Amino acid sequence: MNKYETVFILTPVLSDDQMKETVEKFKKVLTDNGGNIENEENWGLRKLAYPIENKNTGFYTLIEFEGDPTLIAKLETAYRRDEKVIRFLTFRLDKYAAEYAVKRRAVRKAKQEERAAQEAAAAQEAPVVAEAPQAEEAPAAEA
Amino acid sequence: MAQEQMRPNNQGEIRYLTPLSVDTRKKKYCRFKRSGIKYIDYKDPEFLKKFLNEQGKILPRRITGTSLKFQRRVAKAVKRARHLALLPYVTDLMK
Repeated sequence: MNKYETVFILTPVLSDDQMKETVEKFKKVLTDNGGNIENEENWGLRKLAYPIENKNTGFYTLIEFEGDPTLIAKLETAYRRDEKVIRFLTFRLDKYAAEYAVKRRAVRKAKQEERAAQEAAAAQEAPVVAEAPQAEEAPAAEA
Repeated sequence: MAQEQMRPNNQGEIRYLTPLSVDTRKKKYCRFKRSGIKYIDYKDPEFLKKFLNEQGKILPRRITGTSLKFQRRVAKAVKRARHLALLPYVTDLMK
């Protein structure tokens, strides 16, 4: 069993539901073939550095998983058969990369919690914040 | 008395008002070794841009000072980032 990381880019023409469905499909390919998903990240719609298939944006998804080497061929065949995937990359994590991945996950989790805490705090202060934009709008309407 | 002491300085050698800037070049170093980074992440294009020139080409070791071991890893990370369209293969005026 090795640790792997895979990133794939889906075409931007998909709806949110279609995109999630496709991601689920590839996750199923992994789990059905004895893979063990450790982490999944959805980077959302991102701008591409150069056009691929005449498209300038794409949905990025990252999956970290554990599995046998034979699984990779099956996963990549699935990628190639699906024309919604415009680009993919799969590679094995060496020990430094695995260490880094664990650290990165912890950092991301901490950030998410912090953001959630901030949003919760903002929600509490919401009545105060809500009044501010109205005050700003008034002079603009006059002008 | 005072004039006699001054004479050797005035005649013998050339004196400069400011110290010469010869041999004050900063020693280059490998930033990964110094800061203890072991894995270079391809997912962070902003960081990788430090190792690229304006056309998006990888800078040589003799300019960045990176050690051979980490230059290979930088190159790998940059190439992965390019494949995933996080960095361009060719461009102008990247920075």
